[in-house]
Amino acid sequence: MHDDPVIRVVSKVLIPTIMLFGLYVQFHGDYGPGGGFQAGVIFASAFLLNAIVFGMNKGRHVWSPAFNLQCIALGVLVYGGTGIAGLLLDGNFLDFNVLLANPVAGQHLGILLVEFGVGLTVASVMVGLFFAFASRPAHNRLMHQEDTRLLKSSTEATAEPTTTGASVSKKGEVKK
Amino acid sequence: MNLSILIAQWNYVIVIALMMIGFYTVIARGNLIKKMVGLNIFQTSVFMLYISMGKIQDGTAPILSDDPTMIYSNPLPHVLILTAIVVGVATTAVGYALIIRIQESFDTIEEDEITEALNEEALAERLAEQH
Amino acid sequence: MNFFVVDAFLMVLLTIIGVMAVKQHRLFGVIILSGSYSLVAATWFVVLDAVDVAFTEAAVGAGVSTVLALATLSQVRSNEKKRPIEPLALTVSIGAGLLLLLAVMDMPLFKDPSAPVHVHVGPHYIGESGAEIGVPNIVTSVLASYRSFDTLGETVVVFAAAVSVFLVLAGWTRKRKSKDEA
Repeated sequence: MHDDPVIRVVSKVLIPTIMLFGLYVQFHGDYGPGGGFQAGVIFASAFLLNAIVFGMNKGRHVWSPAFNLQCIALGVLVYGGTGIAGLLLDGNFLDFNVLLANPVAGQHLGILLVEFGVGLTVASVMVGLFFAFASRPAHNRLMHQEDTRLLKSSTEATAEPTTTGASVSKKGEVKK
Repeated sequence: MNLSILIAQWNYVIVIALMMIGFYTVIARGNLIKKMVGLNIFQTSVFMLYISMGKIQDGTAPILSDDPTMIYSNPLPHVLILTAIVVGVATTAVGYALIIRIQESFDTIEEDEITEALNEEALAERLAEQH
Repeated sequence: MNFFVVDAFLMVLLTIIGVMAVKQHRLFGVIILSGSYSLVAATWFVVLDAVDVAFTEAAVGAGVSTVLALATLSQVRSNEKKRPIEPLALTVSIGAGLLLLLAVMDMPLFKDPSAPVHVHVGPHYIGESGAEIGVPNIVTSVLASYRSFDTLGETVVVFAAAVSVFLVLAGWTRKRKSKDEA
């Protein structure tokens, strides 16, 4: 797909715009519709577009799996950390009134931190899920129903519980 | 059944119809991906039920504005359904991952073929134990 | 009157899409129909004043869910095995639907401001959240401050789902041996 000039150029323009919009939705969730979840999904879709258009290896280079795992955990940690901060500052768990001198400002800060944690986790999870799903080697992509029926009738004589390796080699043989 | 009440509550009637469409898909179709789609339809119709309950006559979106006489729709069902949507997509993702693994193990995602394959495996195991 | 027309139109559209999704046996069509179902449901949510929910449903239902389903479809056979309509399942569904309709008769009327759901905590959030929290979007203030525990639980559920998927689909971190796959 990276050969097609239209898709390549439009993606190069769109991907930063999508990320910017995702950040906008994240931080303006207080003043309009939006918030952590929506922003996380939108932000992740920019990376998904990158991976789809320019290839899985390039996509994985931008957001590597190890970094992904760290981000997922970091988001939950930020959320829990904000709660613990409330405990440490002489309030209840997830009490935002005690975070700053002014309770209303404390609530603002607490909501900002919490939504950031949620957005980080959701974005990382969506990217990670896509890479987990799309990295499977596609054995069966070209098979149609008729081929499967032919395969079943021809492999019935040598029936055994199929394992992944065996079925791949069998399919390779019979398809030709 | 009082017909006038049903007409007044037509929103809920159609939500129930959608629920039953999704329910039928889950229990009567054999393909696993079709079942997941039916479950998605069912889930979304339940969300619609709750959001219908939160609507107030002449209300508007629950975002505070400067107008003191504005009526806002109830924000509580919105919050519940937001959480429910996200949890729904999480379980959907796990379901699809399991479907991919089932395809790799059984070479099919039709429910009856999988049951057949499992029965054959159990039979083969029992025969092997006897010898 | 405007509200009724738009609402009824969207609901009828949703029912049509739902029925077509059940009848289709090409899985690609089924998945795309489910994505469009989520999109029309998101529009319907906007008509019912639930803008945050509409945002989430459009992003998650019409976006991520469709992408994951298509990624799954790339691994499996693309047509469903044809099956006749099952009468027992149909009877059970219709029977359950009729029972639910009986329950709908007892529900408070649609759009009624004096329904029980609107008289306890709802007015408190609408009235006091401006002074106590100062955030204009009431849904965000309820989600992140008043009901913060639930959102923590939800984030942990998303985390757990990601961990489960990584465990089930192990090996996703391995680099591809072949060249870039477009």
